[in-house]
Amino acid sequence: MGKRDTGAVETRPPRPHRASASRGPDPSDRSLTTGGLIAKTLMLGLVTAFAIWAAFPLIDAGSWGWLAGEIVVVVVVFVVYLRRPLPMKYLLPGTLLLLAFQVAPVLYTMSTAFTNFGDGHRGDKREAIVSIQTSSVTQVEGSTEYTLSVATRGDALVFLLADPDGAAYLADRDGVRALPAATVDGGRVTAAPGYTLLNLGQVNARSQEIGDLRVPTDGGVIIASGATRAFEAKANRGYDAGCDCIIEIDTGRRWTADNHIGSFVDAAGERLPQGWRVNVGLDNFQAVLTDPDISRPFLRTLVWNLGFALASTFGTFAIGLLCALALHSDRVRGRKLYRALLVLPYAMPSFAMLLVWRDMFNADFGLINRLLSMHVDWFGQPWTARAAAIAVQLWLGYPYMFLVATGALQAIPREMTEASAVDGASPWQSFRRVTLPLLLVALSPLLISSFAYNFNNFNAVYLTTEGGPFPADNPSVGATDLLITYTYRLAFGGAGAQYGFAAAVSIYIFTIVAVISAVSFRRTRKQEEVYS
Amino acid sequence: MRIRTAGVTAAITLTLLASACGGSDDTATNDASARTDGNLVIWADDKRTEALRPFAEQFGTDNGLTVEVQAVSKDLQTNFVTASQSGKAPDVVVGAHDWIGNLVQNGAIDPVQLSAAQQQAFSDLAMQGVSYNGQIYGIPYAIENLALIRNTELAPTAPATIEDLVATGQRLGTAGKTSEIMALQVGENGDAYHIYPLYTSAGGSLFGVKDNGDYDPKDLGVAKPEAVEAFKKIAALGEKGAGALKRSITPENAIATFTSKKTAFLVSGPWALTDVKKAGITYEVTPVPGFAGGSVARPFVGVQTFYVATKGQNKVAAQEFVTNYVTRTDLAKALYDAEPRPPALTAALDQVASSDPDAMAFLEAGKDGTILPAIPEMAAIWDPFGKAEAAVIGGADPATAIPAAATAISDKIK
Repeated sequence: MGKRDTGAVETRPPRPHRASASRGPDPSDRSLTTGGLIAKTLMLGLVTAFAIWAAFPLIDAGSWGWLAGEIVVVVVVFVVYLRRPLPMKYLLPGTLLLLAFQVAPVLYTMSTAFTNFGDGHRGDKREAIVSIQTSSVTQVEGSTEYTLSVATRGDALVFLLADPDGAAYLADRDGVRALPAATVDGGRVTAAPGYTLLNLGQVNARSQEIGDLRVPTDGGVIIASGATRAFEAKANRGYDAGCDCIIEIDTGRRWTADNHIGSFVDAAGERLPQGWRVNVGLDNFQAVLTDPDISRPFLRTLVWNLGFALASTFGTFAIGLLCALALHSDRVRGRKLYRALLVLPYAMPSFAMLLVWRDMFNADFGLINRLLSMHVDWFGQPWTARAAAIAVQLWLGYPYMFLVATGALQAIPREMTEASAVDGASPWQSFRRVTLPLLLVALSPLLISSFAYNFNNFNAVYLTTEGGPFPADNPSVGATDLLITYTYRLAFGGAGAQYGFAAAVSIYIFTIVAVISAVSFRRTRKQEEVYS
Repeated sequence: MRIRTAGVTAAITLTLLASACGGSDDTATNDASARTDGNLVIWADDKRTEALRPFAEQFGTDNGLTVEVQAVSKDLQTNFVTASQSGKAPDVVVGAHDWIGNLVQNGAIDPVQLSAAQQQAFSDLAMQGVSYNGQIYGIPYAIENLALIRNTELAPTAPATIEDLVATGQRLGTAGKTSEIMALQVGENGDAYHIYPLYTSAGGSLFGVKDNGDYDPKDLGVAKPEAVEAFKKIAALGEKGAGALKRSITPENAIATFTSKKTAFLVSGPWALTDVKKAGITYEVTPVPGFAGGSVARPFVGVQTFYVATKGQNKVAAQEFVTNYVTRTDLAKALYDAEPRPPALTAALDQVASSDPDAMAFLEAGKDGTILPAIPEMAAIWDPFGKAEAAVIGGADPATAIPAAATAISDKIK
């Protein structure tokens, strides 16, 4: 819109909207100019407002890198839309979105692949140490349990304690002292001269301070548990920076930090559960190659994966094309109705349909066995399970192919088939020699993208067979497992999620798909050269 | 013209900018005021959110806090861990006790301190559930486990053994009254939770127990010969045997099979009762029977738990809510009324017992139960164990399937 308004006023190179400008100055152009200006101003204002709104949390969190990125984006947006280098106005939004939604996630995945990020290794080392110490805090055995009233003296926070006998104490950073002046009612200190008692809301507002207030005693420290109880506690495990290790006070047992794996490990090799995130270099990539659990069934899984993707892609294409051809003829009545019906599976949420299909394939209660009076254990045998998985995918996928094939057919001029008929070609010959090649030129890129999609079609397998059936001697890889479902189980099925490992595997899968797609595109280009 | 355009643009932008600043100032003050009177955030699943909301809000009103109960309907545990990591954690989370291992290794929850008197108020199994590495990590509020739900019209007497059950089921089948012997969900990939009572009755185990009462992941019960023997007995009930256990009985259709009277027996938990009652079936809840001459069938016992989040902003209020408010008998009773699961507080249970025979029956069924292991290694068990179970029920030889599962499990535990 920015370019429409300037076009009327300034002399610029010809462009599509020139037509309206060349009609000469008319009032409608003026209003467009103002409208465009207001819209542009509003958009830029919104960008600024959004940037400012987003900046505060970033400043709060100290994410200076993100803040710098944001400022750069805003400056670039302003420069491009105020100084108007024309092509950039169109390229910029696309480029920004590409960076934000395509490049950034890929880079993040790649950077994750070099770490041990996952359950037990999420935070940094400091957080792990804090967590280990907190988890080891226990009540000193046989110590008194106090009721707690949190109070202030001036601005300083103190604990007013009462023991089970009703004696009151003052507890602060200097230790515990008797406080006979306090009023104890119902086992709690309810008033004390010189102190202001806080209610829960006020106490809660100072959660941080209360958590930090440790009252030293002979056996440990008195800490608050909630706002109404306090007890004498000690942390049984502590971090010693000297040996970079965690020491258990009771037993003297020690776990030394292993900064390569991000865990504290004892002499026997046993790890503490709380670890931290470290860079592990190529370990994840290496694990994929050397793990016999992955390398052994890899080839078989890859072959089935290719088979599934090819069968789904070409199966849906064949059915879709057949339907499209049948409905392409003018002689068919009620074409619109048929088309609407055929597109129906595409319009339904595939997530729900996959689950419905899974139940339909149930050996004893499923619709399919009942309708056909069969007793096939569909998901219980490798080949029937594979057939079922492909059948479901055909049903879900053919309407898409039907739609694109219908569109492509309509784009082929009728003269071409008529000409071939005049030349004496049979309908089959004219389809085979004229229509299909022209169709393929238009549809090849879609077939390749459909292949790439089906190669990683996680839902189609995970929501139906879950990769099964599994051979009795190997529960980790099933007959219908795709690489993606198989690695999902490896990365997330064990003791917690292993995001670093999963990221490494997905980079491998990406490479496979990218190679196949690149080869196919190259072949398509050759094909296009032949037919154009 | 260009200059004018730029000037107008700049002027309007500045105006918007000023209003944007005003806007963010407003939110800033809101945040600040919210912080002074506190804003306790509780995460729970959909059902519990509804039950909890009035009590949580009451707690807020009593103490000058705003309390917000938010429903997280999917992947509550994962969402909580992710939120903790990114500093957006709630203050309190309600979830199953077997999350503890994973939540602790991610530094997401704090231990809670209960006085000896408070601890004694809970049933032993419940306290055992929330204890981990010698610490108490949450406050139990309800217990759940599997039991046998029986259609008393079809089968008037409770079976003493699983063989009894199969005989009754077969008799009903030949008489044309039912089509399935029992509904115990298996599915194509097995279900370790539901087969566990039969597995233990046949002599199997999952982990050994350490001196401090925690499960020992290094001592894997599935790798022992008893596990193979146990699965031989289960195979005899499977598709190539009596046909009582079938892979075609799935989590989706198990309860429906019972409510449509296709079978007289359902092995399920308290959550199934809503559907059973709705179908108007006369039923009785009894313990899951074991094998004749075998050990007692031990279902897994799960404990619904309140956790205090490590990264929460309102820790004091959260601790106060969890340790001193959730532990009250009247609250436990009220939560039970909102959603009938046997309360973990003994006093509340006594109140419930007289009015609701089902709660007591489920509790009785879980009396000998095994507390669901909370160690993170348990995550490695479910999948291979279930698959081996499905294979054996489908007719595979336990002597190959079970050792293969054991290898897969120990590979993952390392």
